[in-house]
Amino acid sequence: MTDELGCAELVELVTAFLDGALDADTERRFIEHLADCEGCERYLDQFRQTISALGRLTPRAMPQDAKQRLRAAFRHRHAG
Amino acid sequence: MPVRLREPRTPLTGVGTVYSRPVTGDALPPADVLVAALRAGDEAAFALLLDAWSGSMLRLARSFVSTDHSAEEVVQDTWLAVLRGLYGFEGRSSLRTWVYRILVNTAKKRGVREKRVVPWTSLLPEGNDHGATVDPSRFQGRGQRYPGHWQAFPHAWPSTEGTVLANELSAVIAEALRALPDKQRVVITLRDVDGHSSQDVCETLGITHANQRVLLHRARAAVRARLADYLATATSEGGR
Repeated sequence: MTDELGCAELVELVTAFLDGALDADTERRFIEHLADCEGCERYLDQFRQTISALGRLTPRAMPQDAKQRLRAAFRHRHAG
Repeated sequence: MPVRLREPRTPLTGVGTVYSRPVTGDALPPADVLVAALRAGDEAAFALLLDAWSGSMLRLARSFVSTDHSAEEVVQDTWLAVLRGLYGFEGRSSLRTWVYRILVNTAKKRGVREKRVVPWTSLLPEGNDHGATVDPSRFQGRGQRYPGHWQAFPHAWPSTEGTVLANELSAVIAEALRALPDKQRVVITLRDVDGHSSQDVCETLGITHANQRVLLHRARAAVRARLADYLATATSEGGR
């Protein structure tokens, strides 16, 4: 194994890379590989797209009646 | 084709926009103002918090318990515990981290009571949280010209923005999340769906950054793979 990072290794480091958690040397090799490899560049891009898409999911809302009950509980606590 | 990355830090700035989404309710007043308002009995402040956080709390709770109804009860119990504990909140963690930690504890207890199969005694990665996240057959083997490199590049994804596919994608992602092992789902829900910081998630769940990353990476890779499968079949020509 040379200094060069393989694609199979790179795909396992993507989250650490995005978190800025790679050590300087590994990060350098990651980026060098990326600059030369269309496949890994695409994989990283799709990883990013996946993360963005996850962030666009809309949460299920808490039912109104449950919220009303909680607000009543809040009022009750502060009534005295 | 995406722009080539030339500067070491270039990719990280792109990601910043993902992580700093205003999902935490940027419209909310600062935590100390909120806490003071809650302690003073300001119901409007409480209503604001309820609206801003209950949805994502519900989603997180659902990872621990077996029904939507149970999840609602967990969120209600959490808010009641928050109200009881408000005077004890010392601001050592962020208000949201503190609330979410109460939620996780409440949900875990409830999950145990419901005898959910997965024991929540530990949030550490386990056997199914290790190993390759991309099918090894996608890469060249030892006898081939470039061992460890792609056999064939991943197929390019079509742009789905503003198309019917965009809506379907949400359903595909939701289904992919449901299919994840529980621990992975909890972490990816907190980090990517709700946009909590890595630090907050580690504090909330009491796990290390390294363990969190193992779970998060597997979860993301699984969701990406599901999206890739879906997009390959949904678009008649999945080629490049």
